[in-house]
Amino acid sequence: MVAPNYELIAQDGLETSLLEVSMGPHHPSTHGVFRMDVKLDGETVVDLKPVFGYLHRNHEKLAENMSYLANMPFTDRLDYFNSMTNNWAYALAAEGLVEIEVPERAEYLRVIMAELTRLVNHVSLVGFFVNDLGALGTPLMYAFREREKILDLFEEASGARMMCNYFRFGGLRCDVPAGWLDRAREVVDQFPEFLDEYEKLLCENEIILSRTQGIGTLSRELAINAGITGPMLRASGVAYDLRKVDAYGIYDRFQFRVPYGEVGDCYDRFMVRMLEMRESVQILRQALDGIPEGEIMGKAPRVFKPKPAEVYGRVEGPKGELGFYLIADGTPKPYRYRVRPPSLINLTVLRDMCLGQKIADAVVILGSIDIVLGEVDR
Amino acid sequence: MSELSHEPLLKEFPDACWDEAAGAVIVPEGRARVMAEWLLMQGVDYCSNVTGVDYLEAEVKEKITNDAGEEETVTRTEPGRIDVVYHLYSMRDQTGPLVLKQRTGRENAQAESLTPVWRSCELQEREVFDLFGVDFKGHPDQRRILMWDEYEEHPMRKDYTEPFDYEWEPTPHDEILEKHKKGKVIV
Repeated sequence: MVAPNYELIAQDGLETSLLEVSMGPHHPSTHGVFRMDVKLDGETVVDLKPVFGYLHRNHEKLAENMSYLANMPFTDRLDYFNSMTNNWAYALAAEGLVEIEVPERAEYLRVIMAELTRLVNHVSLVGFFVNDLGALGTPLMYAFREREKILDLFEEASGARMMCNYFRFGGLRCDVPAGWLDRAREVVDQFPEFLDEYEKLLCENEIILSRTQGIGTLSRELAINAGITGPMLRASGVAYDLRKVDAYGIYDRFQFRVPYGEVGDCYDRFMVRMLEMRESVQILRQALDGIPEGEIMGKAPRVFKPKPAEVYGRVEGPKGELGFYLIADGTPKPYRYRVRPPSLINLTVLRDMCLGQKIADAVVILGSIDIVLGEVDR
Repeated sequence: MSELSHEPLLKEFPDACWDEAAGAVIVPEGRARVMAEWLLMQGVDYCSNVTGVDYLEAEVKEKITNDAGEEETVTRTEPGRIDVVYHLYSMRDQTGPLVLKQRTGRENAQAESLTPVWRSCELQEREVFDLFGVDFKGHPDQRRILMWDEYEEHPMRKDYTEPFDYEWEPTPHDEILEKHKKGKVIV
């Protein structure tokens, strides 16, 4: 949507000027320390600048000064909702530097953990999103009730609820405890019930429909050109999912569909996530059925010291394409370590989506992008 | 995913060269924008990752065979440089990656901005500008992105040294300024 030129409107000799509002860095809707410098004409947004960097800790420099493996726990802190997929992306990139075969059981457990993470992320995103719309509390608590069950599973497997640090180059740190798979199955089997309830509660709710449909539309062309990935890209009508395209790990063995939207508005982004959760449940069921017994750690070198090489590994994180670019120079430390943060790059189009919308909708649009500031600022 | 071949690019732009070790196409100076536009026309519609890599001046030892037919080790100095790396994919054909590298010196580092071609470079090139100090020609909105605006250095450079105190702000006291530059404790 192109906003009219609102620079200065003089009518009947009265000069009006635009109102500049600095939303954030401490604003409940910004999900962290994030600021939007908004220019308003009445309630309409005519300009918007995202400002971030408040949580910047130069993660990349830190990683370049420690060994490859020592950095694994730090990747948890990037997108702290999805530590398992962060671990996987980093492990995948590092495994590209040396020849390590990941055992079958570890591959299955990786998929199970990644899909559980996706459930955690989407369920909390939907909760926060409805929270941003003004439904304070209740839907979020429903979402967190489900999230809690999965976090308990993570705690049993890795010892930590959120900062899991569970993956290793060539496998996993430890096997899951006895009976874990049964408990995981129970959680997974209960999940669709919750989804039914949640969909009934939200998806046809009149307020949600009127607040999200046609708001913050992102065209297919712009989405591709701006490098938007993940559910946000698929909501704009591009069925590009790295689990299908790259088929990393063992994703080629599972039957699942890639939901995508048509319009690319906030409602589509919301619905794509709701539908993706159902597909994740499908993958989880197949993985829990097929998981074999066996080793969980491949033959990895005791000291990880790859030969000079460059590698770019990427996975389909719940927020989009999470990539790690590593340059090895033959020492135990990476010469260059780079994270491709999906949250940051998805923010590129925030201004484009907000122009011409109401200020209250800017909050909804930001919520529908799904950012985590730990990853945006790094 | 199938590979995105670099051969057609090298055929179209014979002055570009292929770096086998890095698996990347080295872009000749001043040609990045033209190459990017050509690639976009070929369906390379998605620029995934943009980043910089800093190489300090290094002494490289090489074994060569001299005129007398004997092997000897020669030391040569490789000048420092900054690479700006682009990872490109095609969403249309589901192929990739193709890696482009723009090379520039460490002093007055300059590169061509590819933001007009791929919008996804916008924030990432700002980040390279911020952390590596590469000036992108043609970038629509080049500002610091992660560090604050008054910050003067580029922390991702390999020869960067941390300041004594991040919170420190310039004061009119010259003596303290000198001490700070030497990294001494201010009392």
